[in-house]
Amino acid sequence: MHSFGHRLNGLLTFSVTILAIMCAIASLSDNLNTPSPTAEIKIMNINWFQKQPQGNDEVSLTMNISADLQSLFTWNTKQLFIFVAAEYETPKNSLNQVSLWDAIIPAKEHAKFWIHTSNKYRFVDQGNNLRGKKFNLTLHWHVMPKTGKMFADKIVMAGYSFPEEYR
Amino acid sequence: MSYFTQNSLLSFLGYPVSLQTFLPLSAPSLHFTMDWQGQKLAEQIMQIMLLVFAVTAFVAGYVLGSFQMMVLVYAGGVTLTGLITIPNWPFFNRHPLNWLDPSEAEKHPKPQVTVSSKKKGFKRHQLVFYYCR
Repeated sequence: MHSFGHRLNGLLTFSVTILAIMCAIASLSDNLNTPSPTAEIKIMNINWFQKQPQGNDEVSLTMNISADLQSLFTWNTKQLFIFVAAEYETPKNSLNQVSLWDAIIPAKEHAKFWIHTSNKYRFVDQGNNLRGKKFNLTLHWHVMPKTGKMFADKIVMAGYSFPEEYR
Repeated sequence: MSYFTQNSLLSFLGYPVSLQTFLPLSAPSLHFTMDWQGQKLAEQIMQIMLLVFAVTAFVAGYVLGSFQMMVLVYAGGVTLTGLITIPNWPFFNRHPLNWLDPSEAEKHPKPQVTVSSKKKGFKRHQLVFYYCR
């Protein structure tokens, strides 16, 4: 450590290396968290259910989404990205997933919520398979960290179905 | 202030000065030095302080549940470590080396060059020693 510049360089290099190690340990500490989230989605109304001119089915729903995702937040969480997807099976595709609504939760206080909304994104099928179809609604979440690994998981809610006829 | 008067003033004040000085990057008007023991001490202090502040910052952040607290404590620690170890403080110069004046060195004989007569004509290089008191 011979000169001013040499010592300054050593300080900066060592401190940044240690900072990187601290961030890695902070990310690993996220694995110690055992979350217990809950969610419930009620379909309040099917606003309309039509076949488009191109031949694809389209539906518009109003949902009441309520969830408690506070246990997912840790000290290393920047925000939570959540979205609701409808999943169903058709003869053409073994799994269809259509994203209906999403949101970003920036803080733990906002993670226990309910919202009454129509679907943010259009629910259009590849074909006209939706009449009488049973489908699941899943709430997915991505825990976006301040540093390190991102965790993603979901809750599957089954038992929803479309009407037999167009409205 | 001329270089000569600076050195005289510092010798008067009790700071050990030498004719061979290393200019710090920011070049203040007074040139201090850091001796070999001081350099080792500075490096040790820097490593230990950074590690201690890193552990303290992580524990503080984890216990308080605040990532920002960890980063702030660590940044403060890095700044404090920099202030203590980077400038040439006098306590890093407690074991100075007293270099011999060139005028003194002239009075003592230099070691002679020995040319060894090996088959390949290998010649040893001349070594010049400056004696330290």
